[in-house]
Amino acid sequence: MKKEEVPQDGDNLHEGTFKQIMYAVDNSGNYVQVQSAGWEPENIALTQAWEEVNDRVEQARKRVLAGEISPVAFYMEKNIMDLALLASYVGKFQWQVKRHMKPAVFRRLSDKMLQRYADAFKISKQDLLQVK
Amino acid sequence: MNNHPFHHTQTAHCESGVISNLLGHYGLRISEPMAFGIGAGIFFAHLPFVKVNGVPGTTYRIWPGAIFQRVCSRLGVKMETAKFSSPEKGMAALDTVIATGTPVGLLSSVYYLPYFPPSYRFHFNAHNLVVYGKQNGQYLVSDPVMDTVTEIDPESLAQARFAKGFPAPKGKMYYPVHVPDVASFEKPVKEGIQQACHYMLKIPFPMFGVKGIRYLANRVKDYPAKVGERKSALYLGNVIRMQEEIGTGGAGFRFVYAAFLQEAATLLKKDELSKLAAELTQTGDLWRNFAFSAGRVCKSRAADNVSYKELSEMLLQCAAAEEAFFRRLAQVKF
Repeated sequence: MKKEEVPQDGDNLHEGTFKQIMYAVDNSGNYVQVQSAGWEPENIALTQAWEEVNDRVEQARKRVLAGEISPVAFYMEKNIMDLALLASYVGKFQWQVKRHMKPAVFRRLSDKMLQRYADAFKISKQDLLQVK
Repeated sequence: MNNHPFHHTQTAHCESGVISNLLGHYGLRISEPMAFGIGAGIFFAHLPFVKVNGVPGTTYRIWPGAIFQRVCSRLGVKMETAKFSSPEKGMAALDTVIATGTPVGLLSSVYYLPYFPPSYRFHFNAHNLVVYGKQNGQYLVSDPVMDTVTEIDPESLAQARFAKGFPAPKGKMYYPVHVPDVASFEKPVKEGIQQACHYMLKIPFPMFGVKGIRYLANRVKDYPAKVGERKSALYLGNVIRMQEEIGTGGAGFRFVYAAFLQEAATLLKKDELSKLAAELTQTGDLWRNFAFSAGRVCKSRAADNVSYKELSEMLLQCAAAEEAFFRRLAQVKF
């Protein structure tokens, strides 16, 4: 890659605040560091990854509102966590966390357990109880 | 060990960048590509059974921590490293060390770093940064992928250092206790090159090194039939991200490695290496072409077999070019 070819496709993904270092060759063939604002394929892949996250969050939101799953499942998606990660944050087994995703089980959770989930999601206990 | 202020330089990759910045602080000047090369950072692996958010893992570099450990042992640098059982202990230990004016390297999760661009904040737990002081209750941070130094509040830093998941950083911190005043790079460079060739050519499993590129090529071909349109695009997108996203310096570390070879050529007075650097630059351009086409396929959601087959062929070209390159590199006589 030549110095002049270093892509500058900002695409506003990082709100224009961030530039990463790329290595490229100058006219005499020597490697130099060049700042890049981004590149189309990377932006596409990153946007796509976020779309997938947002999709999953939206699905979860609908299912919580329909009473199919508990807010635990929604906030897990919102924090881009998976079952294993969330389980290690709250110090439970995965099957236990899975149980807590049932609305009926969630309603009976102790205050202490709710607080642990709230801490894992960095939200207040009130926020945990309601999904808007 | 010394009192001059910490000098921050932005680099492409966090691990080799922290090495370069930390050792530079003690007067051992080593560029990012040099650290990457001596640490034999270049690699390839495709691990379909290791899934991250349901997407098969691909890597263009050696596993986290390996570059660091190799550079230190090859240059005779002694590091003090520590992990902690609780955030309180970890933060207290950090405070004690920075109070002596020693900059400290930390392992962290980017998800909890508030100064990071939000678009990059996924649960990635192997990010390296340096904390070089504390002012008004804020930690002073030199994050090698950021343009300038920045600050972080203690709570966020504790969360980032003690993130859960795989691999859990467990508050890992490290700082040099002995840095040689003069270090000869010649032997470390040779060892680094030989090790990189070994890893790219000789691992007897299909997922690693040049074989791994072919392995990925074969799987990409069948993505539309096997996992459907949506997942194909996600799988492909992940390969692009591993190759081009923040920290690779372009073309999945291939350009950083070429820059290393160029530096090594001057150091060892071996013209052969600078020719090989030019060859790797071309291979890097092949990778970039692949990423560009793959991006277009993702965007158009064209999950037809033709486009995936073409991508697979491009990967095979990359594999052939890398194989030829590493075979030649392995034959360089030092």
